[in-house]
Amino acid sequence: MLAFVIRRLVTVVPILWGISLIIFVLMSVVPGDPIAGLIDPRQGTFDPKAAEELRQQWGLDRPKHEQYLLFLGNAIRGDLGRSLHQRSPVTSLVAERLPATARLAIAAMLYATVVGVAMGILAAVKRNTWADTASMVIALMGVSLPVFWLGLMLMLVFGVILHVLPVSGMGGGDLRYLILPALTLGSVVTGVIARVTRSAMLNVIQQDYILTARSKGLADRTVIYRHALKNALIPVVTIVGVQTGGLLAGAVITETVFNWPGLGRLLVQSIFQRDLPVVQGVVLFLALMFATVNLIVDLIYGFIDPRIRYA
Amino acid sequence: MAQAVETIVAPARPAERVAIQAAQEMRRRLLRHPSALAGGAIFVFMVVVAVLADYLAPFHPYEGYTVRNSLHPPGSPFWLGTDDVGRDILSRMIHGARISLTVGLVVQTISITIGTTLGLIAGYFGRAIDDLVSAVTTVFMAFPSLLFAIVVMAVIGPSIFNVFLALGVVTWPAVCRLVRGEVLSLKEREFVLAAHAIGAPAARTMLRHLLPNCAGPIIVVATLGMAGAILAEASLSFLGLGVQPPTPSWGSMLAQGRDFMDQAWWMTTFPGAAIFVTILGLNLLGDGLRDVLDPRLRV
Repeated sequence: MLAFVIRRLVTVVPILWGISLIIFVLMSVVPGDPIAGLIDPRQGTFDPKAAEELRQQWGLDRPKHEQYLLFLGNAIRGDLGRSLHQRSPVTSLVAERLPATARLAIAAMLYATVVGVAMGILAAVKRNTWADTASMVIALMGVSLPVFWLGLMLMLVFGVILHVLPVSGMGGGDLRYLILPALTLGSVVTGVIARVTRSAMLNVIQQDYILTARSKGLADRTVIYRHALKNALIPVVTIVGVQTGGLLAGAVITETVFNWPGLGRLLVQSIFQRDLPVVQGVVLFLALMFATVNLIVDLIYGFIDPRIRYA
Repeated sequence: MAQAVETIVAPARPAERVAIQAAQEMRRRLLRHPSALAGGAIFVFMVVVAVLADYLAPFHPYEGYTVRNSLHPPGSPFWLGTDDVGRDILSRMIHGARISLTVGLVVQTISITIGTTLGLIAGYFGRAIDDLVSAVTTVFMAFPSLLFAIVVMAVIGPSIFNVFLALGVVTWPAVCRLVRGEVLSLKEREFVLAAHAIGAPAARTMLRHLLPNCAGPIIVVATLGMAGAILAEASLSFLGLGVQPPTPSWGSMLAQGRDFMDQAWWMTTFPGAAIFVTILGLNLLGDGLRDVLDPRLRV
């Protein structure tokens, strides 16, 4: 198992390096002088000498490849630069907003996994009945729903018309504020998980050992939950990991719809403020989060299915 | 003359006959597939609306009609209501269909062209080229594509051409990986080995023998990818990073309606419903095509 963990850890390094290179290249082609972004129009003219000093201090006077190595070295040490707009370190801005995004993403994923797996099992067990059709229609609708539209419709119904749930902000941790954003964000993933669970369950149900379990006279419930579900969940674990990427992208939009003070909202705000160090830092951090989640899923996968470990 | 007649009436060669029969069988199965039919009908309807937008829209999509008509609720003569500056929502939605479908088609053209070319080359030549292409696709796919597109748009600035570019650039790796996988399994088959044996050049083998055999999965991925591209454009426009006002994009119409939700529910409800129905149609069509063309990919 240790060799498998090390092997997987080693494969993540070049991926993160590649992502850092893409982000650096993208940020390098942004037109304009990043130092000019520091000029406060209210304070009048900008001192060219101070600008030169800042350029030297940030290494912007060096060749691009040196700038990249500096950026990479700083990022490895946890220094993602300073915000042009808020003048504070990007790392502390990320640390400040991370709990809100984590809270939203975990709630959405929990909801999506519980509802998606339940729908998938129901559809597989009741194959070719109205329950199967209804589950898969709901799943397909979930996959096709634009996150932002669902969010706005939930706001309209539960906030504007019924006045039963708050629709904006985090409410200082009040759980009622979490319901609509989590439902919105989780809806897309729910459909995908339901479809994968159904497909995996149908595959497992057709296996010989399930036939053996049934022929021994075991109850349907025991066959499904004790024998079939455990093996059917292996692809579900993978899809949950893969969907985390979609969830991170969805979080950017959901946080914008619900004014949720997380990393996604910070990213969008920074884009409009042209605060590129924050954009760069948040994106790099989200990439790291995505890679970490995928690594954890791979490790879990290897743990529950030894064939993967020794492949 | 006799030779010409002979050519016309000459029976199809066995390989051609098999291909024609396979195509007919596929068409028959597609027409019997309920979700493919429903999805196809929605897609054709959207295409007709987009093409005939100038004739179908009851009003001009950019012009407001007197201040008195702003936030007019659904009813005659504005059947889906008006926005805050009095523009007809229905007319803007009809013209928005043109934007959405154009984005879907152009992005898929870019994505399929880059992805298929690199996938064919990587799968066929293998070795260092394959390693390089695989490494690039792995890095691209290790990052959520919509998030990637958001960053690209933040760098290059919002416009419809940049939407094409950003979404095309971030969506090709999935196509590339699929085509590469197909080529890897196909290139050991007899018909490819036979092409090698008779000295067919690499380009001919790839284009005449490998590409047609990858067509099924590519069509499925293109259909589902088109849904993804339309959704991504709407998301970018909703965030203010995509198509810019006053161009009527469904995503930007929704963003605009958000500020008037308590007064004008129709401003968000109808454009969102249009996105939903279009995506649903393409997903249904994609699922149907997958069942018919490439059942191995079924979920």
